[in-house]
Amino acid sequence: MDLTTFLIQCLNAVQYGLLLFLLASGLTLIFGIMGVINLAHGSFYMLGAYLAFSLAPLFGPQFLVMLVCGALLSFVFGYLLEWAFFSYLYQRDHLQQVLMTYALILVFEEMRSILVGNDVHGVQAPAWLAGTIALGDRMTYPTYRLFASGACIVIAIGLYFVVNRTRLGMMVRAGASNRDMVRGLGIDITRLYRIVFAAGVALAALAGMIAAPLSSVYPGMGGSVLIICFVVVVIGGIGSITGALIASLMVGFVDTFGKVFFAELSGIGIYLLMAIVLIWRPEGLAKRGA
Amino acid sequence: MTPNPGRVNVSAAAAATGGVVAGAPAGSIVPPSAGGGPWAAASRPGAPSIASMLVPLIGLALLASVPFFAGEYLQDLVVKIVILAIFALSLELLAGTTGLVSLGHAAFLGIGAYAAVLLAPKTGAGSLPVMLALSMLCAAAYALFVGALSLRTRGVYFIMVTLAFAQMAYFIFHDTKLGGGSDGIYLNVKPMLAGVLDLKDRNAFYFFALGALAVTYGLLAALLRSRFGHALAGIRVNEQRMRAAGFRTYGYKLAAFVLAGALAGLAGFLIAVRDGFVNPEMLAWQESGTVLLMLILGGLGHLRGAVLGALVFTLLKELYSSEGWVGPLAGHWQLTLGLTIIAFVATMPKGLIGLPAQLRRRPRPVEAAEDE
Repeated sequence: MDLTTFLIQCLNAVQYGLLLFLLASGLTLIFGIMGVINLAHGSFYMLGAYLAFSLAPLFGPQFLVMLVCGALLSFVFGYLLEWAFFSYLYQRDHLQQVLMTYALILVFEEMRSILVGNDVHGVQAPAWLAGTIALGDRMTYPTYRLFASGACIVIAIGLYFVVNRTRLGMMVRAGASNRDMVRGLGIDITRLYRIVFAAGVALAALAGMIAAPLSSVYPGMGGSVLIICFVVVVIGGIGSITGALIASLMVGFVDTFGKVFFAELSGIGIYLLMAIVLIWRPEGLAKRGA
Repeated sequence: MTPNPGRVNVSAAAAATGGVVAGAPAGSIVPPSAGGGPWAAASRPGAPSIASMLVPLIGLALLASVPFFAGEYLQDLVVKIVILAIFALSLELLAGTTGLVSLGHAAFLGIGAYAAVLLAPKTGAGSLPVMLALSMLCAAAYALFVGALSLRTRGVYFIMVTLAFAQMAYFIFHDTKLGGGSDGIYLNVKPMLAGVLDLKDRNAFYFFALGALAVTYGLLAALLRSRFGHALAGIRVNEQRMRAAGFRTYGYKLAAFVLAGALAGLAGFLIAVRDGFVNPEMLAWQESGTVLLMLILGGLGHLRGAVLGALVFTLLKELYSSEGWVGPLAGHWQLTLGLTIIAFVATMPKGLIGLPAQLRRRPRPVEAAEDE
């Protein structure tokens, strides 16, 4: 493997890792703050991808506007969903919520099948992102992949700012470290939950929209990505956004280079990584003193 | 030296389960009182009263009569439910009794199934007891490995580590040539016990599967009443207290994990023999998820709940995907099944098994209102 190939694989790994981070950050917040094991998170990713598929022709070259609109739409969707299905489940056993989110997966898959059908679709990247960039003398790299990484970084920075510099972020961080105490301090936990859930949905949908031109849009695309997201969340430590970032990049690298070096057993790589991390640190990388 | 199984230990476990009077002499068991909390309700504590054994026995008798009047379709459906019930029961020992929620239980099902195919003799039929034992042993061996490592973690992390190990097993069968890759592999000749039982025969297999369910249920019911079962229940409620009472909880949890793995291997063996075919999808996480959902649907913490969950889930899926019942909606069974589960979750916090108690409690205020 020469240097250019290595560099390209590194870019791929980072891009994949960042995309995973968008998904996993929402999941880890929902997980850490609301205590909901949200199996339907993959469905929100699928929702985003299909949003991109249906919105892209309308917006044409205004790809960024489309991303913003899609994110807003999915935020509203998440807000309503939390109100309708989750708000009365918090007092119940966690496994009841798991059952609910599982049922939601079934419903979403079927709705998708009714509304869009079961075909595999491609989403065209807008013309200004469709080219390639020269890398070294012989290699080129698709512009859209760089754009995807860039967009993810911008969103990640925005997320960092919101979580660490705003009052809402303060509540979110407090909620992640001690939910009951936040409730005890008189913070409107219902509203916080609803916003966190909606933000998680919007982040997952954004990831789906960004990923749509890279991978095609197909039925069941949420299921495969869901488990990888959980792997990221658990490696990083539940409720930790920094942990999720480190873990998603690790998973991105292990997966990408696993495919290069051990093609046959590449599927095992990230699970091996997770098992090793958890046996070494049973509560994930970002475990703070209990 | 292992902790002495004296009265302190047993009453510690008993106190934790709430169904037994803590001051009672060691090993003596008091029947659960009517309001003894959610865990005291069904089959858990108390001497096996006739009433508590009646329902499973009637169920068994009904199932045993199925081949005499039912067609092939119904018989196959019952076999499917029976096998899934064994699978669900094996997870119930972990998730319901010990409080160890595993999302990787399908690995043991799949390994049991693959063992039944890969270890079968190349020509001729394998011996039924040998093949069955090999299947369960392979599943138990993997469970020992997974359990030994994953029991170091807790809660959600435990869920995810079990998932990780199951995914590794899945990819080993899926991506390598070991078991025919993603295409799966065929079992050429079904095992038999010469002169007694040939599993090729539809009825013979039916009764064998039913027997396996009865043995599994009976074994677990006896286990839950034993000191071991009480210790597991105590671990679920308060592991710290159990450790303080002198129990080496890790060993107990590991034993439960291995036993659950072996029983899942039994279910896997049955599936391999029934279909004569196994493929990696048996180990997929969706399978682990589905069996967990059956448990939650039926009501976690009850053996009957596990069986009921397997029954209701399978029937609902069958009903919603058959055109004879729901017409054109059959193509959208996921939607109807999903909405039904949402309705279940919304209305039944304790699962199906908790429904009678829930209904009994509810009418009172209504009657009072009518009286006024």
